[in-house]
Amino acid sequence: MKHTLTPQRYLILLCVMLTASVGDTLLSRGMAQVGPVDIHHLGLLWHALFNPFVASGIVLLIGFFASYMTALSWADLTFVMPATAFGYVVVALLSRFWLHEHLSLYRWAGILLIVCAVGFVAGGPSLTEHPDQHHDLDIMDSGAGR
Amino acid sequence: MLASATSLRAWSCILGVAALAIAGECLIAAAMRSLGDLDIIRAESGLPGAIRAVLSSPLFLIGALCMALNFFALLFTLSIVDLSLAAPATASLTYIGNAVAAKLFLHENVDRRRWLAVIFVCVGVVLLAK
Repeated sequence: MKHTLTPQRYLILLCVMLTASVGDTLLSRGMAQVGPVDIHHLGLLWHALFNPFVASGIVLLIGFFASYMTALSWADLTFVMPATAFGYVVVALLSRFWLHEHLSLYRWAGILLIVCAVGFVAGGPSLTEHPDQHHDLDIMDSGAGR
Repeated sequence: MLASATSLRAWSCILGVAALAIAGECLIAAAMRSLGDLDIIRAESGLPGAIRAVLSSPLFLIGALCMALNFFALLFTLSIVDLSLAAPATASLTYIGNAVAAKLFLHENVDRRRWLAVIFVCVGVVLLAK
């Protein structure tokens, strides 16, 4: 059981949450402007790279990639995953309190569930310690056998 | 008939995007696990050294290729499937797939609280898209 995240590491997780969701939002806005792409016009994807929304979305997603990889170097994939999901909550809350959009009861329920998920995972260890883990399991097994 | 063909195409796009994401994330997580703590690498050999270490990992390169394919597959999917279906569907499938793959391939200790978190996130993401 090791759970030592420094403030700097929480900052990295915060970057993971924010850049992914805002980047995706910019991308979807940009792709809405570019229009439908089908298999015969894949060149349009190249054209899409020069749309300002798509381009800034890509910059943010590169930032996401960097912070995500940093996080993965000291935490489990299943530990970092809820942090990325929390990004959806950030977008929903931004649209509620910044853009003053209406949030339905469903969306509030979704926000609550994701916040709970982050809480569950954050309460546990951030990294699987393989040798120790086997040791723990051995102890548990011997306990169960008795 | 036409509608079911369209939805089959939509769902195969969504499945493809999720599969690429799962492969990419697991490969990248495996690469970072084998590299070790990036903060320590950066303290020892600076940011260029850390970037070099990441870029010279073959696992990372294959994972990054999957993520790049995932990115273009997602752009393609968004052009034929509504964002309100594509985003929660790919996200939920990716979360479940990642948890299973992390357990099977990365041997992560996916305990009860993490499974619970995966289920909560999936339901939450679907509700958010409503």
